[in-house]
Amino acid sequence: MIELKNVSKTFPNGVVGLNNINLTIEQGEFICIIGLSGAGKSTLLRSLNRLNDVSEGEIIINGESITHANSKELRRMRRNIGMIFQQFNLVRKNTVQRNVISGRLGYYNNWQTLLGLFSKEDYQRTEDALEKVGLSDKLKVRSDSLSGGQQQRVSIARTIVQEADIILADEPVSALDPVTSETVMNDFKRLNEELKKTIIINIHSVELARRYASRIIGMRHGEIVFDGLASEATDQKLNEIYGKAIFENEIQDSREALEAEIEHRLQQDVSTEL
Amino acid sequence: MKRKDTIHDHLFKQIGSSLLLILLFLAAGQVINADWTEVVENRKQAAFFLEGFLQPEWSYIDRLLEPMIETISMSISGTFLGVITAVPAAFLGTNLVTRNPVITFIFRTFFSLIRTIPNLLLAALFVAIIGIGELTGVLTIAVFTFGMVSQLIFASIETIDIGPLEADNSIGATRFQIAVNAVWPQVAHSVYAYALYSFEVNIRASAVLGYVGAGGIGVMLNTALSFMQFGRVSLIILIILFLVFLTSLISEYIRREVI
Repeated sequence: MIELKNVSKTFPNGVVGLNNINLTIEQGEFICIIGLSGAGKSTLLRSLNRLNDVSEGEIIINGESITHANSKELRRMRRNIGMIFQQFNLVRKNTVQRNVISGRLGYYNNWQTLLGLFSKEDYQRTEDALEKVGLSDKLKVRSDSLSGGQQQRVSIARTIVQEADIILADEPVSALDPVTSETVMNDFKRLNEELKKTIIINIHSVELARRYASRIIGMRHGEIVFDGLASEATDQKLNEIYGKAIFENEIQDSREALEAEIEHRLQQDVSTEL
Repeated sequence: MKRKDTIHDHLFKQIGSSLLLILLFLAAGQVINADWTEVVENRKQAAFFLEGFLQPEWSYIDRLLEPMIETISMSISGTFLGVITAVPAAFLGTNLVTRNPVITFIFRTFFSLIRTIPNLLLAALFVAIIGIGELTGVLTIAVFTFGMVSQLIFASIETIDIGPLEADNSIGATRFQIAVNAVWPQVAHSVYAYALYSFEVNIRASAVLGYVGAGGIGVMLNTALSFMQFGRVSLIILIILFLVFLTSLISEYIRREVI
């Protein structure tokens, strides 16, 4: 269970990221956070594993305060929180295997990491995770030779081997085309249904949020302006809160995704020619 | 067409700085009294020198083999020591890895300090401390390599993709683990390339180091020059040339095929 109590975040330049957020998330929920750019979605998500500190209030995860954890406790708590990023954040030059197994880093000490002494079980976990996301044949492939969608699924595999109860995803499909977005969202859905993981996703697309989430949280100016079942987040309701803007966003989003995809393909063509 | 519509946005600045450079060059020549006529006037000496040069004393080659191998081994061990120490030091010299401005600052200052000491002075220092010999050469090369390579490595660390660092941080990795798992793979290839490059540089440098008594083929060069045995000098220079050529060939091959 994740509890946020009166959480506020003001950035050093004075911008308010979060304004008095109170929120409780039960284990096994599938949550999508929607809102325009700059609404505080990323700030909220990154506060949950303390990639950014909050200015006021407290965040409690499974009864333990992450806000007041010392660095050792913080690392231990982070082992239980996976995170997926918009830009995948893989080490591009490394193989898929090395990228996925690094999800286990929290369970190794410095020397074991330096010498690459990963256990047999973790190599097995890596293979199992890759099978779950349908990339078994890519084990020894260099990560940057994969498509954007495949790279995102590698990063999901990395989170699977971590065996965290909570998975955060910051705009995981924004850099992907619509079809690939669906496969990635289906991966999240399976993690939620089969392994009972808590999934919290920041997402631009209201349509995807409604299709996959059990609960939708809407943000604006660092505040929660909607919190309810996916079925309650009707067009009319969202229109009331956001105006047309949030839907226009979607059109632009898919255009951006398409452009990103085209660019990626072009780059791949160029690199294969070289 | 007006200038502001073209690509020459900084035209006056560029003209200005070019003029300044030329002015500096001329002024510097004035200060050191550079006199080009000397080159022509001293041609007799040059001819004498070149005459000896054109007749390498081939029979001398037997006695050069050992110092040659010495020079190569000095460069190899010096480069190795230098690079091995430069890698962790360079990591500690970047904020990205340490997240501690104080440590970074200390290491950066240390790097600059090392790089300020000229090669020959370094060798002279080590000769004074340890005495004449190959160890002096190795240490000089090691310190010199450390200064050069640490600078290059921390510059490449600063250009890496920080995404993977963030990912490792989010799963509870320590700073050391992040350095090993997310930073090193991104700079490894550059480090290998820098090591090869500094090896090339060191072969050349170690030839000169013998001058102050740091061992290797440079000692022979120094002796031959003092006795005006230009046939030997020419042979030694040829051998150094050959060595440098060979190392650049080898490192070129390694760069292409292995890295």
